[in-house]
Amino acid sequence: MGRRNLSVAAAVVVLAGLAACGSDDSTPTLTWYINPDNGGQAELAKRCTEASDGEYRIQTSLLPRQASAQREQLARRLAANDSSIDIISLDPPFIPELAEAGFLAEIPDDVAETVTDNVVQGAIDGATWRDELVAIPFWANTQLLWYRKSVAEAAGLDPENEPVTWQQIIDAAQSQDKYLGVQGIRAEALTVWINALVTSAGGEIIDNPEAPADQVQLGLETDAGRDAAQIIEDIARNGLGGPGLANEDENASMLLFQGDRGSFMVNWPFVWAATLAGVEAGNLDQSLVDDIGWAQYPAVAEGEDSRPPYGGISLGIGAFSEHPDFAIEAAQCIVQPENQAYYMVTNGNPAASTEAYEDPDVQETFPMADLIRESLEAAAPRPQTPYYNEVSTGLQNTWHPPISVTPDSSPEEATTLITEVLKGERLL
Amino acid sequence: MSVTETSGDTGRAADDGGKGAISDRARAERRLGWWLAGPAFVVMLLVTAYPILQAFYESLFRYRLTDPGAREFTWLNNYVVVLGDPIWWRAVGVTVLITVVTVLIELVLGFALALVMHRALKSLRPILRTVILIPYAIITVVSAFAWFYAFNIGSGFVNAWFDWVPGISADTNWFGEFGTSVTVIIASEIWKTTPFISLLLLAGLAQVPEDLQEAAKVDGATWWQRLYKVTVPNMKAAIMVALLFRTLDAFRIFDNVFIMTQGANNTEVVSFLAYRQTISRLEIGLGSAVSVLLFLCVVLISFLFIKLFKVDLASARGER
Repeated sequence: MGRRNLSVAAAVVVLAGLAACGSDDSTPTLTWYINPDNGGQAELAKRCTEASDGEYRIQTSLLPRQASAQREQLARRLAANDSSIDIISLDPPFIPELAEAGFLAEIPDDVAETVTDNVVQGAIDGATWRDELVAIPFWANTQLLWYRKSVAEAAGLDPENEPVTWQQIIDAAQSQDKYLGVQGIRAEALTVWINALVTSAGGEIIDNPEAPADQVQLGLETDAGRDAAQIIEDIARNGLGGPGLANEDENASMLLFQGDRGSFMVNWPFVWAATLAGVEAGNLDQSLVDDIGWAQYPAVAEGEDSRPPYGGISLGIGAFSEHPDFAIEAAQCIVQPENQAYYMVTNGNPAASTEAYEDPDVQETFPMADLIRESLEAAAPRPQTPYYNEVSTGLQNTWHPPISVTPDSSPEEATTLITEVLKGERLL
Repeated sequence: MSVTETSGDTGRAADDGGKGAISDRARAERRLGWWLAGPAFVVMLLVTAYPILQAFYESLFRYRLTDPGAREFTWLNNYVVVLGDPIWWRAVGVTVLITVVTVLIELVLGFALALVMHRALKSLRPILRTVILIPYAIITVVSAFAWFYAFNIGSGFVNAWFDWVPGISADTNWFGEFGTSVTVIIASEIWKTTPFISLLLLAGLAQVPEDLQEAAKVDGATWWQRLYKVTVPNMKAAIMVALLFRTLDAFRIFDNVFIMTQGANNTEVVSFLAYRQTISRLEIGLGSAVSVLLFLCVVLISFLFIKLFKVDLASARGER
């Protein structure tokens, strides 16, 4: 008897506890799937939770470090109708695939209008699929040409005032016996480089990105595609990428650039913050920082504008979210210009909003802020197709290692492989 | 598999003993065998047979995870695509190369280590075993990263330490071409799994009767003669089991390749191909076909070992 009473009492206590939990927790919780950063997104989640005045709570959930692994996890979860995904930090190349599959909730027209106001064009293009805005631009990344002032001067170049071409920096590196910082690793970084070269030469990797898989036309077997291959061949054949070119990612490029044989490098702005941090930690010399200059991404042909790479993060709303309205509201809060400015200053990721660049903190931390904004306006997104993964991997498999790239064979090989893979006739 | 075979063997042994009729005791033993092995057998069916059948079913479709509406039954078309693709055959070639080289080297090294452990002083034996087992205790991904960073041109120390070796200089890019990449992959695999094979061989060594060794010694056999004529023939079953397990393991190599080269420089192996189609491309149908073919390769290897080399799992355990 006594034992039964005890167990009943215990059950009552447990139930009461559960009920208490439930009533305390009636505020909807939004889960924001974020890419790894320096804690900036978690802080923004906190700020926007406070700003919502108790309407909702935003918690963050960490995605893998690699963009491709982020896509894999998101696609698998969303294919299983995961309702825990409310807000997603999306890498732009994967937006069309998720949008086409119906994994992203629609963004109402009035919201689309507000969130694209005063936003750099590259970011709007990257968040658009079939003429609809399907994600909310958050931060936008682009690459600059970073150069050692001493080397440029010795080679007779003035990139700050006169845009330079790839040929010029190749000649300069050769004459000064220096290395160029480019990304030759078989990874997304290589696709970024190839896309920037092809678009800067006036071409496109895919001519009809919205076409179904078996009708996709590639634009590589063109002068633009061959020009791009020629530049990679020139750099690889002459050993200008250094001995580790075939494994060189953005970080390795930066280390090469900071070394004795650094000259010119194409890279994202994180290298600036990283170099300053290196000086602060005592690993690098202040004279190195004083020697670093920056300019617009190199052009392929003289007199023509380059199309720098575009990256960054846009916020998608999960199609199976239980609170889509709150999620859209929260996403709008996250991308407020002051939040973007905060994120840029603390985490080093450039804002998508042009207003954020007016922020005095941004101007102070990034002396090249205006150049970043201009580059973003000119930036070309990577092919916006639901089959981006196939296109990018196909390119990486045929244009790697860089030493094997030639204008005569590489564009053709890539076109054949990618076309056959998309038709379902080949493995990748 | 092993479960059914074992009970079959027991039955046959009982048959011989009973001269045609099964005795009550043999029948009871057989029933007890099923009761003991049955639950494990059911669990095996659930966790192995079901996914394999599911994969086979999926492999008959053209099915992309992000485009479920376009799912289409295509009979064996995925198999035609895979088997008609030079990428598949190249991956099989690389996998076979890695398997053969690693297993052969591991067998020799593992045998040497097993002999050392077997002959070591009693007081040294536990320490020796622990030391030899350390690489096997390390998670494969972690060991792959360790080897990657050691050889990587940016962070590695190998180039600096071994630049006196002809062919190695400060500028040697180990992951820049096929030969060097695959060498590092094979080396890391050998380092990691030799302890496993040496443990299995140590168990075999312990089974070699000491009186046979002594008899050979009295007859004036040298150390080599005893090794060849007494030790190895008496532990043939253990060697074959060790080879079988390691071959199956090596054929499914994935982690090292994934971490070190991501398949660059033609170092793609069969498991990596399955991963690329299923997980990266989300082509469930095509990826399942690759997985089923990988499974068939593994079955073929087991079959060859068991039938051709007459590996007897029961005798390796000392049952007969």
